[in-house]
Amino acid sequence: MSAASGSLPRYILVRLLLVIPMMWVLLTLVFLLLRVAPGDPVTAAVGDKLGPEELDARRAALGLDRPMIVQYLEYLGDAARFDFGTTISDRRPVLEIIQAQGGATLTLTVGAFLFACLIGIPLGRVAGRRRDTPLDAGIRLFGVVSYAAPVFWVGLMLVGLVVKYVPGWPTFGIADPETIFYVPDKTGILLLDAIIANDRISIVDILQHHVLPCFTLGLLLSGVIIRLVRVNLIRTLGDDYVEAARARGIPERQVIRKHAFRNALVPVITVIGLQFALTLSGAILTERTFNWPGLGDTLVDYITARDYIAIQGLVTFFALAIVVVSLLVDILNALVDPRVRY
Amino acid sequence: MTSLTKDQTPARPGGPVLEVRDLRVWYGTDRGPVRAVDGVTFDLRPGEILGLVGESGCGKSTLGRGLLGLLPEGAARDGELRFRGKDMLTLRRREQYRMRGSELGMIFQEPLTRLNPMMRISDHFAETLRAHERRISKADVEQRSLEALRVMGIPPTRFRAYPHEFSGGMRQRIMIALALVLRPAFVVADEPTTALDVLVEAQIIRILHNLRATYDTSMLLITHNLGIVAEACDRVAVMYAGKVVEIGPAREVFSNPQHSYTRELLRSTISLSTTGLNFIDGAPPDLTDPPSGCHFHPRCPDAMQICATTEPPVRDLPGGVRAACWAAEVAHGRTLDEDARRPLPREAISVADEA
Repeated sequence: MSAASGSLPRYILVRLLLVIPMMWVLLTLVFLLLRVAPGDPVTAAVGDKLGPEELDARRAALGLDRPMIVQYLEYLGDAARFDFGTTISDRRPVLEIIQAQGGATLTLTVGAFLFACLIGIPLGRVAGRRRDTPLDAGIRLFGVVSYAAPVFWVGLMLVGLVVKYVPGWPTFGIADPETIFYVPDKTGILLLDAIIANDRISIVDILQHHVLPCFTLGLLLSGVIIRLVRVNLIRTLGDDYVEAARARGIPERQVIRKHAFRNALVPVITVIGLQFALTLSGAILTERTFNWPGLGDTLVDYITARDYIAIQGLVTFFALAIVVVSLLVDILNALVDPRVRY
Repeated sequence: MTSLTKDQTPARPGGPVLEVRDLRVWYGTDRGPVRAVDGVTFDLRPGEILGLVGESGCGKSTLGRGLLGLLPEGAARDGELRFRGKDMLTLRRREQYRMRGSELGMIFQEPLTRLNPMMRISDHFAETLRAHERRISKADVEQRSLEALRVMGIPPTRFRAYPHEFSGGMRQRIMIALALVLRPAFVVADEPTTALDVLVEAQIIRILHNLRATYDTSMLLITHNLGIVAEACDRVAVMYAGKVVEIGPAREVFSNPQHSYTRELLRSTISLSTTGLNFIDGAPPDLTDPPSGCHFHPRCPDAMQICATTEPPVRDLPGGVRAACWAAEVAHGRTLDEDARRPLPREAISVADEA
């Protein structure tokens, strides 16, 4: 085995250690952003319902009467133990909300990623190979439009089309109420529960409900992927090793596949990972549009209720998710590209 | 040595590996076609090394790539190109691909970027061998690859390493091993040492020079370095503005250059005994609109009236040299009338130079 392969565990270890400062910066930002907002959380959330003494009591119970630095350290300590606090408005532990609704957001995002890759990678590849043809121009236009179009608008249009041309196809919610009732909750992820229960009717129902929201969100992401794959393929097609492969008589299709296309995907992995943040913000809008019982939908509810603790907790969780995804992307990159490991 | 040579029978035993007759290569551009190679003729015998020299932009690399059919889209070839008697210009694309690598090889200038950074060295070899011998076994792939690497001095322990784990000189030796693993009869080496330091350069040149002893490979060695030509090549072709202006045995051409361009090029060489720097005024012409007559006349110190109007004929001269130069014609006894022999005035030089 070569030296490069041997250094992979070391690379992952270093990358894991980097998660700590990354998380610290993110948590500090979330904490500060919510503290600089005017008004205090308790008044904002329940100020119109309770008297001044009760509000003071609430503040004391939440520890909001203590110095900022104490609150900050406590917040960091709690976050380190995955304790994201308890909401002010309805006094639910944030962790419980995440467990109950994170699954729906997870399957939505993963499904959207699948659609985005299924649409974006082949289209980007065709556009890159047929550069500057009408086909390329059309695909690029599609990419720009799908990226620029607001996700709720695309969602509503698609719902309109589906209602008209595919009557009976589910257009909102994660599953039929009946399905939700019958599938036993084990993992918090409805689709997984249905698969564990081996309930074919429920699986089909849940998957059908996923198609439209996942496609809508995937479309948003596919625009970026199309452009990335196209641009990187054009770059690698001009790379020296591609010409060298042709000079060795490697058949053209294999040159494209093994040399140009595969190498073009390396930077795409990184950027797709970075797009995860976009997917999460897109998920919030998508969940609203499709009445999806996910975290994004809940987050909007708490923002409307101005429940700062809930917002802080959920945003912290989103931040954690982004950190984890970028960690995975870096490890994936190191596995794919031998040069990264140095 | 029979075990080393492939069991392909040449169409004409003892005949040239490569016959090039009036080969033209041009690119379509916005400003019209660029005649990058403009009527080149030469033969290459088995095991012969032909050096190809000339300034940058005179069509050397295009000629090298044109011989392999390795041209970008929008380029076209014309003339006659025979490899072991087989007409290469009428071959179908698929057939061309099949010959590339197995019969015609190429070694490039930049070894650092010519290997796919995501693939192990072993994958490069496996891919190359499998592309031409579909049924080759895994053991055969390994055995033949390691043998090719061993000849180039790369230890078998590095077989599964990635390109970035090697130095530039090692990568070039790997590229050579990769080009030779299928034992092509003809190899184009396009400035194989330009990116390397002098010690590595000497090593690579020795390797290339030894190839004909090992594999009986014929080679077109494109280089800027006239010293390399003198060292390693049997014959040398001097190229200017898409044309071969002089070709002949390296020793003969260097000691007794016939074409003014060859002479000026040799005078520009820097060595320890050089006291002043010589260079040729101006730059190679725009190949979309080359000068009339001899392409070199605007820069030629010996230019005559006839050089600006009439293309010099290609002439076989003593010593096995072939050249296309009016001054050489005159020197070898051809009589031109008074008008034609008058030196080209200075103004005409500068005007033509601007054009």
